[in-house]
Amino acid sequence: MPSTSAFLMLSGTIFCIGLAGVVMRRNMITVLMCIELMMNAVNINFIAFSYRLSSLEGQVFTIFIITVAAGEAAVGLAIIIQMYRLKNSINVDDSRELNG
Amino acid sequence: MDSQQLLSGIPMLVFFVIGTVAVASSILVVAMRNPVHSALFLLVTFMCVAALFIMQGAEFVGAVQVLVYAGGIMVLFLFVVMLINVRHLSDEKMLSPYGLAGIGIALVIFILFASMVRPGAYHDEVLRPDNLQRYGIHKHRKVTTADGRVVRRNVVKRSKRVGNSEAIGMLLYGDYVVPFEIASLFLLVGMVGAIVIGKRQLEGNQEEAIPAFMAKVVAEEKEVKEAMSA
Repeated sequence: MPSTSAFLMLSGTIFCIGLAGVVMRRNMITVLMCIELMMNAVNINFIAFSYRLSSLEGQVFTIFIITVAAGEAAVGLAIIIQMYRLKNSINVDDSRELNG
Repeated sequence: MDSQQLLSGIPMLVFFVIGTVAVASSILVVAMRNPVHSALFLLVTFMCVAALFIMQGAEFVGAVQVLVYAGGIMVLFLFVVMLINVRHLSDEKMLSPYGLAGIGIALVIFILFASMVRPGAYHDEVLRPDNLQRYGIHKHRKVTTADGRVVRRNVVKRSKRVGNSEAIGMLLYGDYVVPFEIASLFLLVGMVGAIVIGKRQLEGNQEEAIPAFMAKVVAEEKEVKEAMSA
């Protein structure tokens, strides 16, 4: 069985890829996908420590994180659709003004 | 840990294969131009992460990961990608002006993570814990503390060996019942918010907004009809 540090390195890698994607990409849908990627990396960490510490709390927290991710994806995609109707674009750089 | 020990055993091999696929597909999520391709590679990443969960004794969370992420969120993403016309996106630049900065920030944070894991921490072998399939039956008991006071404490009377799902269920509906209810409230608020934000704005007593392309077709048909009758 791989040690906890292997899982931590994997989750750190995926988290950083997601972070780079959030900053780099202009397409808003892809940015939202990268946020999901980062949440998944955090979940890997929680499960790794749940296994290491032999405690179910990490798994329960992971379930709550998945719940929050689902709600966040629904609201974020609704915002993207509304922005597409308003500006006919889903480019992050096109939504600079706060007053829409 | 030498390399012989590192590579021994099937779990190690499975971990390396799945981890490599997960990292590669998450790089492709960022690198793909078409959001549909990004979404499909994200699906591969979710599946790999679910496999990692199951490897670590979190069978229930792995199943939830497949159901909620791969089943629900992915469909939502694909639905929105189909709803939005992405054909004109292929002409414009993919990366924002902060592209280089993004790579820099990610590298710095990765080095930070790596430096925290690297110096021998968490390197030891962990045996498969038994506690992940067990739940404790709690009971309030009078406990005498070190300084002689008698207090009531919630102590584990005995623990029962069950499946992982049942153990999580007992914990979720026992100790974590308030956060659980708050999560359901959160989902309700999220659903209402998504509907309110996503619906079309109606003006005055307009009954239903017609999509722009439909309105165009209707207007053209009307023009043709008028021209025919004239």
